[in-house]
Amino acid sequence: MNERVHVKVPRTAKQGEVIRVMTKLNHPMESGWRRRQDGEIVPKDLIGEFSCEFGGAEVFKAEFDSGTSGNPYLSFFVRVNNSGRFRFIWSGQNGERYYKEAEIEVI
Amino acid sequence: MLNRRQLLLICGAWAAAGFPLGGLVGSAQAGPRDAKKRLAELTGGVKPQKGRISITLPKVTDQGRFVPIRISVDSPMNEQDYVRAIHVVAERNPTPEVASFHLSPANGKAQVSTRIRLLKTQVVVVAAEMSDGSVYLGKGRSKITGGAGGCG
Repeated sequence: MNERVHVKVPRTAKQGEVIRVMTKLNHPMESGWRRRQDGEIVPKDLIGEFSCEFGGAEVFKAEFDSGTSGNPYLSFFVRVNNSGRFRFIWSGQNGERYYKEAEIEVI
Repeated sequence: MLNRRQLLLICGAWAAAGFPLGGLVGSAQAGPRDAKKRLAELTGGVKPQKGRISITLPKVTDQGRFVPIRISVDSPMNEQDYVRAIHVVAERNPTPEVASFHLSPANGKAQVSTRIRLLKTQVVVVAAEMSDGSVYLGKGRSKITGGAGGCG
């Protein structure tokens, strides 16, 4: 289970630096477009929401829909002014949730 | 976890069993009109302007299931002027919604990269909502060769 979530955050940064955060979750992201061999549609199974918190405040949020690829990868930028902890939360439409945390130190 | 050899074996078995690899494509396709409607819903019907958005998409790709896209919006990202949200819509997918990103001044740079599904050659429309309520529109095009691409 632990290998489902991949997060890349630099360990240190300068004050006020804009850092790049890369995240990936291993998940099929079934789009609801696909048919099985017997003609039945494979039901939707998506990670609907992703959010990134830094120091307790939400800094980035994404909503995924059918058009997002499986194993949703995302990279975005965050400005860090002080050392703190990133928290990444993926919430699925079927109620599943995945978490990951990462720390960054401002030098 | 599958390794490469097992994966190849499974793919081969699939092909041998007569699975149509292009069977991913749904029957109902959305059109540009649906996409426009969806965008209007997302942005609250504000008349969009052109510019400020740059989209990086591969010109040609044979992997429609994983198309890398990079969206960057020209914005200072400070408290007075920042990008509030970025919406991505693919016109000719069975359902046009791709993803929405909600940004804040804490991001420092309005750039997002992700991977999207494009079932055929089409235009990807990106709308950026600014903090002052204006909406900017950008378009990118990618040619998809080889059906829906790959195993499963």
